Amino acid sequence: MNYSDLLSKKVRYIGIAIASIVVLFIICCLSLALGARKLPLATVWNALFAPQHVSALEASIVQSRIPRTIFGVLAGGALGVSGALMQVVTRNPIADPSILGVNTGASLFVVIGLAWFQISSAQQYIWLAILGAGITSILVYGIAMIGRGGATPLKLVLSGAAASTALGSLLSTILLPSDSHILDQFRFWQVGSIGGATWDSIRLISPFFLVGLFIAIVIAPQLNILTLGDEMATSLGVNTQRTRLLAAAAAVLLCGATTALAGPIGFVGLMVPHLVKMLFGAELKIALPFSAISGACLLLFSDIIGRLIGFPGETEVGIITAFLGVPVFIAVIRKSKVNAV
Amino acid sequence: MNLFHNNKLFHGYQKRQFRWLSICIVLSLLVIILMSASMLIGNTYYSPSTIFRVLCGEQISGATFAILTLRLPRTLAGFFCGAAFGLAGYIFQSLLRNPLASPDIIGVSSATSTAAVFCTLILGFTGNTVSIISVLSGILVAILIYLLSYSKGSFSQGKMILIGIGIQAITRALTNYMLTKAAEFDVQSTMRWLNGSLNSIKLGDITVLAVIVFGIGALLLFFSSSLEIIRLGEEKALTLGINLKLFYSLSIVCAVILVAFSTAISGPIASVAFLSGPIATRLCGHNRCGLLPSALVGAVLVLSSDLIGQNLFPVRYPVGVITGILGAPYLIYLLIKMNQKGRRT
Repeated sequence: MNYSDLLSKKVRYIGIAIASIVVLFIICCLSLALGARKLPLATVWNALFAPQHVSALEASIVQSRIPRTIFGVLAGGALGVSGALMQVVTRNPIADPSILGVNTGASLFVVIGLAWFQISSAQQYIWLAILGAGITSILVYGIAMIGRGGATPLKLVLSGAAASTALGSLLSTILLPSDSHILDQFRFWQVGSIGGATWDSIRLISPFFLVGLFIAIVIAPQLNILTLGDEMATSLGVNTQRTRLLAAAAAVLLCGATTALAGPIGFVGLMVPHLVKMLFGAELKIALPFSAISGACLLLFSDIIGRLIGFPGETEVGIITAFLGVPVFIAVIRKSKVNAV
Repeated sequence: MNLFHNNKLFHGYQKRQFRWLSICIVLSLLVIILMSASMLIGNTYYSPSTIFRVLCGEQISGATFAILTLRLPRTLAGFFCGAAFGLAGYIFQSLLRNPLASPDIIGVSSATSTAAVFCTLILGFTGNTVSIISVLSGILVAILIYLLSYSKGSFSQGKMILIGIGIQAITRALTNYMLTKAAEFDVQSTMRWLNGSLNSIKLGDITVLAVIVFGIGALLLFFSSSLEIIRLGEEKALTLGINLKLFYSLSIVCAVILVAFSTAISGPIASVAFLSGPIATRLCGHNRCGLLPSALVGAVLVLSSDLIGQNLFPVRYPVGVITGILGAPYLIYLLIKMNQKGRRT
């Protein structure tokens, strides 16, 4: 590659980068404007920067949508990066916390905390969910690794399904005898929604988001080499075990924290890496930060659709992402070379 | 009958027939024992003679209610739902020649239960309307999964299973969504139902299920030889003169009807369809048709899990929770075995 090629590539990246940030900004504005009561964008602008020009009602509507929007950006970013990391670590195009049963594991631990230990602080939820997600990931990956061929897509998904069934049954054994109050809490949490986000949720998720993203970006060069294969990576001086472990830990931190606060939101982590790969190629140093941006766009976009479809109430974002994500999932499978079991 | 002059072959044939017959008898006995146990045991123990007298129509205060409206429907539902799931699982697994291709893994069961939840929670339907709508949606989803697994003119089972799991994710999302929209007092019963439960089943509901299980069971047994031939592979079945397309669509429709009607009554009892066929095949070996043993194994699984869930724990668990916990280790075992055989996955 000569210099002018590199330069044009760089220009292209910068172009797409600016474009994606602009898109994110527009989606954020839309997220502030749309909902049960629709406001014109000018009003949103005024509410933010010139509060004297808007009515108190309009100002308070916009104010109440701010935490939801910021939380959506963080949660979407976390899910996007976590999906990208999972797909690299498992070398698998369909890795996603909902398909692999990791969300069920996180749910199980949160419910155990709710029902048996009467935990109530969100901080405790988060750690329980992260613990559950971590244990389940190890379990699912471990089962899929057994035998020849390592963790192929089909084996991973099937062991995810098995883990999901088992953990789901365990979850029922805890949930059903408990009082209807917990059941009621659970059914709303289980769908996956960012509607209840507050400034507190933002405060809670931010450190996890930052740490996860930081780890991801720091190990991006090693992860890049890892995609060439373990042998190649080892001979190039990469500690494959440590890199993998760090990446997996970051992925679990990111998706566990999000799941604890917003409930299991599936398929964002599945869709984002494919989207990013289409736009930016497979270079992870660039792809990982943009996974965060596109994850944020995707989640907020789904949330807005949910608000519009469910009018005058709203449809939870987890439903919308499932409906957007499953066609992508099916398309990826149809394209891939999965042989008979 | 040249074949039978060969003594060794004939001997082996006899041995296999004997094994099949004895396994069926043992399973039937087991079903009878479990059914009686589920009639006898409960909050209060009733002696066999009391139960017999109540069943003959005698009025005994307390016992009549407990036996006729609580235990008898429960026992019968356990038997018929178990048998229906067992049959359906065996058909799917035989036609697709894959132990993983049972309706509860490839998303057909969850489609029927989503339809049922929609009918009961949102539309407020009851009874057979629910079952019929579930059947239709189950068949539609089965067709959809089948069509989606064709790409570039070739069909892949691996793809079908993965796509089925994807479809399942959508139907689950829909169910969860409907749960959030439901009134709070409906949620507990719906959650129980979604786990697969034999509670609050009325005797009237079971009549239809019984007719369907017996009717479709008889139909399937009539075609069982074709089903066994298909297990050998499509090419062989084709050369032996089986109309594959007709037979496939007919049996899948039968299986979906079985799943949908039993799901409408008991909810999706996890893993029964998935477990019954392989257990039956393991017990009988590959010889005569596995339909009857699979149905019996299904009934044994449901009845025994229900007994365990109702009586062994301080809290009563719906039957599906127990079967779900049973099913997962088996799936893992299957994965491990599949890997050891070194088949391509």
